[in-house]
Amino acid sequence: MAEYKWPEAEKRSLIGKRISRVDGPDKVSGKAKYTYDIKRPGMLYGKMLRSPYAHAKIVSIDTSAAEKLPGVKAVKVIQGPGTEIQWAGDEIVAVAAVDEPTAEDAVRAIKVEYERLPHFVNEAELDKVPAANRKDPTEGKNGDPDLGFKEAEVTVEGIYGNDVITHCCLETHGQIVEWEGENVLLHPSTQAVSTIGGELAKSLGIPAGNVRVKGDFIGGGFGSKFNIDRWGVECAKVSKLAEGKPVKMMLERDAELMVAGTRPSAYARVKVGAKKDGTITAWESESWGSGGVRGAGMVPLPYVWSIANRRTKHHSIATNVGDSRAWRAPNHPQGCLITMAALEDLAAALKMDPFDFVLKNKESLGVRGAVYEEELRKASEMIAWKQNWRPRGEGAPGSTKTVKRGLGLSLHTWGGGPHVSDCDVTIHPDGSVEVKIGTQDLGTGTRTVILIVAGETLGLPLEAIRLHYGDNRLPPSGGSGGSTTVGGVSSSTRRAAVDALNGLFEKVAPALNTTPDKLEAVGGKVQVIGNPGQGMTWKQACAKLGTQPLTARGKQPGRETLASSGVGGVQMADVSVDIETGIVKMNKFVAVQDCGLVMDLKTAESQVYGAMIMGVAYSLFEEKIMDPVTGRMLNPNMEFYRIAGIGDIGEFQVHMMTGKGYDERGPIGLGEPPTVSPGAAISNAVANAIGARVSTLPLSPERVLEALAKKGGGNAKL
Amino acid sequence: MSSSDERHDKPGPGVSRRGFLKGTGIALTVPIVTGVRVVEVKGQQVKLFGPTKVPVTLEVNGAKRAVNVEPRVTLLDALRNELELTGAKRVCDRGTCGACTVHMDGKAVYSCSVLAVDAQGRKITTVESLEQNGKLHPVQQAFVDNDAQQCGFCTPGFVMACKSFLDKYPNPTPDQVKKGLGGNTCRCGTYVGVKAAVAQAAKSAPRGGRRNG
Repeated sequence: MAEYKWPEAEKRSLIGKRISRVDGPDKVSGKAKYTYDIKRPGMLYGKMLRSPYAHAKIVSIDTSAAEKLPGVKAVKVIQGPGTEIQWAGDEIVAVAAVDEPTAEDAVRAIKVEYERLPHFVNEAELDKVPAANRKDPTEGKNGDPDLGFKEAEVTVEGIYGNDVITHCCLETHGQIVEWEGENVLLHPSTQAVSTIGGELAKSLGIPAGNVRVKGDFIGGGFGSKFNIDRWGVECAKVSKLAEGKPVKMMLERDAELMVAGTRPSAYARVKVGAKKDGTITAWESESWGSGGVRGAGMVPLPYVWSIANRRTKHHSIATNVGDSRAWRAPNHPQGCLITMAALEDLAAALKMDPFDFVLKNKESLGVRGAVYEEELRKASEMIAWKQNWRPRGEGAPGSTKTVKRGLGLSLHTWGGGPHVSDCDVTIHPDGSVEVKIGTQDLGTGTRTVILIVAGETLGLPLEAIRLHYGDNRLPPSGGSGGSTTVGGVSSSTRRAAVDALNGLFEKVAPALNTTPDKLEAVGGKVQVIGNPGQGMTWKQACAKLGTQPLTARGKQPGRETLASSGVGGVQMADVSVDIETGIVKMNKFVAVQDCGLVMDLKTAESQVYGAMIMGVAYSLFEEKIMDPVTGRMLNPNMEFYRIAGIGDIGEFQVHMMTGKGYDERGPIGLGEPPTVSPGAAISNAVANAIGARVSTLPLSPERVLEALAKKGGGNAKL
Repeated sequence: MSSSDERHDKPGPGVSRRGFLKGTGIALTVPIVTGVRVVEVKGQQVKLFGPTKVPVTLEVNGAKRAVNVEPRVTLLDALRNELELTGAKRVCDRGTCGACTVHMDGKAVYSCSVLAVDAQGRKITTVESLEQNGKLHPVQQAFVDNDAQQCGFCTPGFVMACKSFLDKYPNPTPDQVKKGLGGNTCRCGTYVGVKAAVAQAAKSAPRGGRRNG
């Protein structure tokens, strides 16, 4: 029976090298077709009327004028009279028309009467949250926090927070749906090709097998595109009303930012104590946050650190705001900011370098303590921490009277174990190879990784293998979320390829006067292990299959484990803050990250860079600003919901931990972990620079000036 | 931020977007007729289109293409929905993110902020035209080599912006890169790769005849 394991370092020809993503040429040339780009024959365009009010009851809906408009093919009420609407932007009526302008006109022609109800959209101050919007708090206790604080020689208290942000996928949510008899063809922009069809079928009351899903390129998801969503179901219903014609319904940019997902807010009052030597003795936090009407679960506090004496309390707050969805590393960035900022404030009060403070308390970092220490030391070399760091408020070298420089650090963790995945590898008698797997590639490099694994196993270059993915008729794979994809698809592909190859070896061995277990496939040849003289080309070998192609199915989970979970990472930021304008500028940002066995070093590094850049955006710019008076989002567009530009990032460096101690763990997902630390690292750098804590992200100029004014320093005039 | 002003083309001698919008206001007060008319707005002769569909001829990637669109349709939507040139993407749809960048008479423009009727008589170049005889343009190749892309949705716009930027600044300084490419936004965070791609493309470009390269 085959043994499944990853090849040793010296035998790897593809795994862990720097390989350009295989879909790169299609993307740079505009050939890559995203859902938004697909045009089906006779396709109609769908639009939705959305509630202008954050909380209201629908009294009446008049769609007659819309129905009469030439070119309008279907009008369907989604939420009828009597329905209570819970957030601005919620879907009320769907229309389909021959072109977009006509669909827009139809939406405008619909008349809806609402009875407005009181709304609540601003949860940043706990004292101002109405009782009706608070759920019963959850409380936790460990050890003896009172004794811990009694033992503390220094105690600090502060409020730390993260405002609500959105996913802001560049390709908005949406899909094209069409009917042929009782069958549905769905082209969604999705992170879950293998499961989204069943979800649609359930909503439509048809068998799951009737829904065909095709999802090729996706323009960003970040955790917000797993489900069919109301617009997916309504798009299918509108299509049916329009005689099954294809209907393309992509969200408008404002809707994308209002209703297609948020990262919940999280705020906390924190008290933390330590002995004079830096040993943490106790933690206490009261946190709150909201991700919409469902509230928000507790963020992990204290994050990463296991503080023996601790007390926590969390309030989930309901707001009339579009619902939250998983956002890269759900709850971790918020918990990380709150924890690492509070601990940095504690280190500052102790007059300790946070680098030394972390090492002093490394026992509290749990099983990955040694990894964190190694990563911390590496990161400090990359940013020259010891040369550049100065005690809080003194200003790092290069500071001037008005521009203060500072350094900050943070660390983070994530699981990232493999999801379920089936994969078929087929070897044809003509030597061609197909890999079939019902997964998707969010831009993380999934296609490339699958081909690397298959190519490495079969001794073939990537171009020799044809990959089929993005289709629910293929062997199913899990949704791409929680950093589970690389472990899942690498494992199933490796097993399928190993089994297929062993099947081929059985056919080839007699011709080479040997047994299958003595064969290997390397460099486009099948040969006796270590003996290129006794072998044949891949094509000659495959001809031994006769007429029948050979297919093997690999499954994850399966016998033996090819992937694992649990990673650590350290990030350090170097910033300059203009204390007259409050503007924060990134000088340098470094990340050290482990993720087990790296499959493609080039795309792995890209993902870490990307996470850090997204982190700069949420640290400095991003905020879903809700108007308390109207209950509407004030910045549902890309000029005022700002994400980072090329001029905002400074110098970046990434180091991946590889080699002994890491490679033998197998692949571990990388999408989430590096997004966790930026908020804390940058907030800590700003605090170090200006000598005051800006309590809440984003660190906008007004907030920086406010923190300076409160401290009584700087040149801030408020 | 950004050089969006700089890369927006100056309004041509025809109809500006603002002028057009004023024009439609007038159109609604007169009996509706199709086709193109000329009216006087603030003492100026202004061509008036619509409000129903009008024939529009666009010169795209060297070929004249006829479409029938309402005057309110943007160049971006005409390219995508009528001509199936979907390299330019609709993202912000209001001149902020650069995903819709194409070239008009050799200069980068946000095609979401140009009306199709206004693009008549101009030479429009889209990302689809850069690859020649199966060979990627050096800017495209540099994006591939330096992994200046993840999901890839911003990539065609970025490629077009980079090409236009390098035409103007063949050996850009880091500061010029920041300003010159500040009008394009990427959510996955590929700017480290983009910076490296710009550096590679600047080096690999042939001296001299870059403008049409």
